[in-house]
Amino acid sequence: MAKEKETVPVALVTLTIGILVAIISFWYGRDNGLLPEQVSQQAPLVDNFFRVMVTVGTALFLLVEGAIVFALFKFRRRPDDDTDAPPIKGNFSLEVFWTAIPAVIVIGLGIYSVDVYNRMGGFDTVGSTAVAHHHGGHATQLASLPGSSDVGAPLLSAAAPQQVAFKYGLGATPAEGQASPFLEIAVKGLQYAWLFTYPNGMVTGELHVPVGEDVRLNITAQDVLHSFWLPEFRIKQDAIPGETTELRFTPTKTGTYPVVCAELCGAYHGSMRSQIIIQEPDEYEQWVAENQPVAVTTGTDTVALHPSERSDADFLAPYAAEWGIDAAAIAPLQPERHA
Amino acid sequence: MTQAQISMDAVSHTEHPEAWKWYHYFWYNTDHKVIGIQYLVFSFIAYLIAGVMALFMRAELYTPNSDVLDPNLYNALLTNHGTMMIFFWVVPAAIGGFGNYLVPLMIGAKDMAFPNLNAIAFWLNPPAALMLTISLWFGGAQSGWTAYPPLSLVTNNLGQSFWALAILLVGTSSILGALNFLITIYKLKIPNMRWDQLPLFCWAMVATSALALFSTPVLAAGLILLLFDINFGTGFFRPEMGGNVVIYQHLFWFYSHPAVYLMILPIFGIMSEVISTHARKPIFGYKAIAYSSLAICFVGLFVWVHHMFTSGTPPWMRMFFTISTLIVAVPTGVKIFGWVATLWGGKIRFTTPMLFAVGLLAMFVLGGLSGVTLGTAPFDIHVHDTYYVVAHFHYVLFGGSVFGLYAAIYHWFPKMTGRMYNEPLGKAHFILTFIGTNLTFLPMHELGLQGMPRRIAMYDPQFEAINQLCTYGSMLLGVSILPFLINAIWSWGWGPKAERNPWRSLTLEWQTASPPIIENFPEDPIVWAGPYDYGIDTEADEDDTTVEDMLAEVGAEAR
Ligand SMILES: [Cu+2]
Ligand SMILES: [Cu+2]
Repeated sequence: MAKEKETVPVALVTLTIGILVAIISFWYGRDNGLLPEQVSQQAPLVDNFFRVMVTVGTALFLLVEGAIVFALFKFRRRPDDDTDAPPIKGNFSLEVFWTAIPAVIVIGLGIYSVDVYNRMGGFDTVGSTAVAHHHGGHATQLASLPGSSDVGAPLLSAAAPQQVAFKYGLGATPAEGQASPFLEIAVKGLQYAWLFTYPNGMVTGELHVPVGEDVRLNITAQDVLHSFWLPEFRIKQDAIPGETTELRFTPTKTGTYPVVCAELCGAYHGSMRSQIIIQEPDEYEQWVAENQPVAVTTGTDTVALHPSERSDADFLAPYAAEWGIDAAAIAPLQPERHA
Repeated sequence: MTQAQISMDAVSHTEHPEAWKWYHYFWYNTDHKVIGIQYLVFSFIAYLIAGVMALFMRAELYTPNSDVLDPNLYNALLTNHGTMMIFFWVVPAAIGGFGNYLVPLMIGAKDMAFPNLNAIAFWLNPPAALMLTISLWFGGAQSGWTAYPPLSLVTNNLGQSFWALAILLVGTSSILGALNFLITIYKLKIPNMRWDQLPLFCWAMVATSALALFSTPVLAAGLILLLFDINFGTGFFRPEMGGNVVIYQHLFWFYSHPAVYLMILPIFGIMSEVISTHARKPIFGYKAIAYSSLAICFVGLFVWVHHMFTSGTPPWMRMFFTISTLIVAVPTGVKIFGWVATLWGGKIRFTTPMLFAVGLLAMFVLGGLSGVTLGTAPFDIHVHDTYYVVAHFHYVLFGGSVFGLYAAIYHWFPKMTGRMYNEPLGKAHFILTFIGTNLTFLPMHELGLQGMPRRIAMYDPQFEAINQLCTYGSMLLGVSILPFLINAIWSWGWGPKAERNPWRSLTLEWQTASPPIIENFPEDPIVWAGPYDYGIDTEADEDDTTVEDMLAEVGAEAR
């Protein structure tokens, strides 16, 4: 009887704490407002995964920090007590328990990671590359793959002429299967801008894509490492000199969103920003038509563009003088004038 | 009550002076205690310089535009801030400083196994610092502490080369040190100390040294190839010459992921010593904590690609290293739970070292959780190379390693200097540092999640408000160093004299004088209790003379 009187309140307190921690964790996991807008089909996958991790993390955080704060208060030395605490050296079952808990959590997270990564298209990079290299074989709009003037391309073909270049990044999702992307755009990073080459040969400093269509970016770098990041899409892939990498996504919303370089690429790395403009398909077609190059010659990349409000040129303008080039020279963002 | 009993017939041979004079600390000396203090003071100066660099960077980031510093200088600062904090502060302070000072004392040895090698290892550091200074004189390395080619091959070749030489020198130093620690612990541990009586700091040093020995040569290889590419026309990492830039990343991270354990395992060891002593309670799960250090050391060798999830890595690699990285959370969790359980039921003394240890525990939980999220490829793809990463590693390296170093400095200050530090100043230091750390680094998580990449001098204006908050936090951190400096300098010179064992700790280093005599113990100490057996002889204390009393007598006579 006496024993029961002691244990019941403890169980009650534990239960209350458990419920409180659970409520707070689920609440914070759900609406923490930490992530920006979702603009790709991958974004909800990543965000849900993040929510699960935040929920579990918040629960662990509250329990451990709570235990620390409680212990500091409850087990502080009382005045004039110079004795030692009771010598408890361990507790085997407790230790097994708290080894098992994180183990179970990380196994769960591991399995979930693989699943999310798969649904993002992470496992498809090899397969879709094979398709991409049979250029004429399908009806999609193909970009001029990073031109022959590119440093990387000759090297790749020299290294593995008959084999398809191995690509890294995110490819077709299981839902897309073997389907070819609707649109392929070649992306090239150089100090300190992104260049986008469209299937018709035009080159722009900002990326236009139609909403709801399957887009593939073939990413290369001209000089040093860059990293192509679309924060609102939750996807990122390094641009590597000598390799082609890819990102494949379907934009789910119209609007203008940042394109960011996320790999240190030199003094003006921070200004290597551009934007992605997601348009209704008809607007996109109209934009393409308006900017049709005079003579479509793949590989020569002669085309200039009218960059809209906040383009590379604006970001770069303040620094242009320091690089020893005038602002007019960056405005059209002419690509590869080097050998 | 104590781990050792020291016999009273002291006096050993005298090839050396009675005690070291101040000037002995400025020259070649083979005493591990002198070397330990040399490492600590040397690395602390590097810490101050690297900290000032950080303050300049935060000043630049107060506004979105590049207006305080030249962008090339900004990159030189971010590179050298990282380099110095890692290679010239945390690693040498934790391993070279406390490792050297404490390991021989804790195992009852007179010195390290190879005292001359030890001194040579230290004296590789000043030339390394000279190399780094020359590098900075020529504009500094500007490609980040990671020095990824091709950027590192095309940016300020002279600065980059001297930077690489500096790292090679400190790398060599740490290889020599690692060998010395392993052999010392294996060979010189006094025979009657069982392996399960070895203080956990020494176990942590075993794990750390093994890791340093395995991984440092790989970094050295990477840097030597880089040096050749820069200066001798080779093309290992030059894609236009058939080189491969991703290989460098593998070489670099094969070392540099374990390097984070080089920076945290010794700190974990310090945590076990400090928490158990100041909570007056045996460490909870000695074996679990010792084995988890070894487990982290082993698993830590197979996780490096989590730094390359957005690089040229195939899907299987991204998934394999996601899983292996997640596994590290298990032994780390074991340690954290073990420390919390040590606090639980203790009689906690809120001394400054204990405050720093508890502060570390509190922040490391957050850093560990964000680390788990970063370990998963699908999420890391979004936040890789952003301020989320910056936030994470400052929680584990500043909130973790630096707090641990402060805890250690305060805890062993009486032992090293023979004087007590000032408790109120220590507490002020803790409070300012704790608030400053969280103010500086907590908001950075949000910056990264929202889209701000790291290593940039100019950023999108939408991030201005949060950046200003971080800058205020960094200013507070800058101020927080003042009470520490005043305390350390004043107490070292004029503080009240410390007893041999002010914390009534049970490990061997406390059983000799403060500061210890030149060959540590008047005679080989005898171990008759575990290092954390607090509370076990409490009843005996009441009827008999306490061990403290006996020790006090012994101490008085030994002096
Ligand atoms: Cu870039
Ligand atoms: Cu790592």
